[in-house]
Amino acid sequence: MISGTKLKNILIVFLAGIALTACATQKKSGMMQGDVYTGSDTVEFLASGVKDRVFFATNKSTLTTASRDTLRKQAAWMRKKKKLTFTIEGHADERGTREYNLALGERRANAVKDYLMTYGISGNRLSVISYGKERPVNSGSNPLAWSQNRRSVTVKAN
Amino acid sequence: MKKLIFFIFYLFLFNGPAHALVEVDITRGNLDPLPIAVSPLFVEVGSEDIKDGDKIIKNVGEEISRVIEKNFKRSGLFNPLNKDSFVQKPDIAHIKPRFEDWRLIKAQALVTGKVNVTKDKLRAEFRLWDVVAAKEMVALAFSTTPENWRRVAHIISDKIYQRLTGEEGYFDTRIIYVSETGPKTQRYKKLAIMDQDGANIKYLTLGNELVLTPRFSPKNQLVTYLSYFRNLPRVYLLDIETGVQEVVGDFPGMTFAPRFSPDGKKIIMSFAKDGNSDIYTMNMETRVVERITDHTSIDTSPSYSPDGKYICFNSDRSGLQQIYVMRSDGSNVKRITFGKGLYGTPVWSPRGDLIAFTKVHKGKFYIGVMRTDGSGERLLTENFYQEAPSWSPNGRVLIFYRETKSDDQGKGFSAKLWSIDLTGYNERLIETETDGSDPSWSSLLSK
Repeated sequence: MISGTKLKNILIVFLAGIALTACATQKKSGMMQGDVYTGSDTVEFLASGVKDRVFFATNKSTLTTASRDTLRKQAAWMRKKKKLTFTIEGHADERGTREYNLALGERRANAVKDYLMTYGISGNRLSVISYGKERPVNSGSNPLAWSQNRRSVTVKAN
Repeated sequence: MKKLIFFIFYLFLFNGPAHALVEVDITRGNLDPLPIAVSPLFVEVGSEDIKDGDKIIKNVGEEISRVIEKNFKRSGLFNPLNKDSFVQKPDIAHIKPRFEDWRLIKAQALVTGKVNVTKDKLRAEFRLWDVVAAKEMVALAFSTTPENWRRVAHIISDKIYQRLTGEEGYFDTRIIYVSETGPKTQRYKKLAIMDQDGANIKYLTLGNELVLTPRFSPKNQLVTYLSYFRNLPRVYLLDIETGVQEVVGDFPGMTFAPRFSPDGKKIIMSFAKDGNSDIYTMNMETRVVERITDHTSIDTSPSYSPDGKYICFNSDRSGLQQIYVMRSDGSNVKRITFGKGLYGTPVWSPRGDLIAFTKVHKGKFYIGVMRTDGSGERLLTENFYQEAPSWSPNGRVLIFYRETKSDDQGKGFSAKLWSIDLTGYNERLIETETDGSDPSWSSLLSK
């Protein structure tokens, strides 16, 4: 009977521990929706209010609502800066094979280029390059780091 | 390299192959490695020292036997015995071993030899003895230049391996790989080449631009790889002898994932444009480019079958990365992987019967092999991250690279070369000066 109560107490402590861990994880993954990064830790700005990058889900090159919003702001700014040209860098996380990731980075960069073009930016001003998994921005090996590395970054080229 | 390969082989004694008692069962892995005694090669009187870079090699006979022992040990099929237990002197053993002595230390096979070095010539001979049957199994002599002494050791290793296993060896070969240094977010990468045992590392590029995925031509003189020279990722060709580099995949977009056709005449690669990667070939003589796949998905990592009739590759046309096989003209595309998870980096074995691959499932990476129709999948090793297997020329060993998990600050990260037997046994780290990735195995150099 005594040992039974003890066991129960241990169990409660144990469960409380799990609950705490769960909270901690949630807080951390609060910067992700699904596995797409939604935070601003690595983000830089092309101009005031114009974010330089968008993030992707694992193995995907689909633009999220937030990404499209960012890219429309980029396009609006690019329309004003007519003399500037840009390189769009496509990146992948470290959890894929190297060659496939190169192709995936190229696909991501082109998804961004296509979207910018539909908002009036000439394709001549936009070049793409894929780095695959070669240039991570966050060197950690965890889901948050990987979500920050699955990205496409718009960089001034001139 | 061409000029270095002036080996003169001559057989001066050869007993028929079928009668030997000693043989190595190669189907079982390293459960029962064969005890073998490698006597130092006897250095003949008047033989000169060898200058090897900054080092002077005084007893090249001893050094050659050490290289042979290391080859044998790493193969997992042999157990080289401690030289301290050897009773007979190298010169006498080479003439006629006292088999009772060698049986006493439980040797089943014995290697003896002698070597003579003059200013520009190294002459070596060796004999392999079946200790149990008290018979000579093979004897060979050859000459080369003195700086080639390591290759002498590798060629002797190959001849013994072949005699005892019935399979061609893989010791007189080289590995090309990418040497890596620097932080994870900004790695410096150079092409590097070394002997199969990790000796003689040479760097072929300076590290000014990112280089990836080098692969040998079947004749070993050329390497095709991806370079980001001038920030334009393109497939390049490098002549190892002359150091001449040229771009081969200069298309209006990224070219990557290059490999030679088995006849060495074509390079097969991916070409990515407007978000779509397809597979192309370029004939190196005529420069004629042929499109092999035409699909809106990612098609990459192509590899020919050894007869050149088929190509395996990975594609995400089903939604996720899987392995496909087609005829070399691009017709008759068939998906061959249907297991759980993703499949990539297929490479056709030199024997033609298997495809090695990387599998990703539930956050783990596996190196595996399967038959060319996708049946008989066998996973050889599981890890946090590993990929890109490359076959030894005899189809016996796979080399690949492995990356370790890093903490939030990026600490703990490393990339290393590893090898594993087809049996799933004998997993080994291949030591390199720097981190390494993307290894590719050459063909036998002295073929």
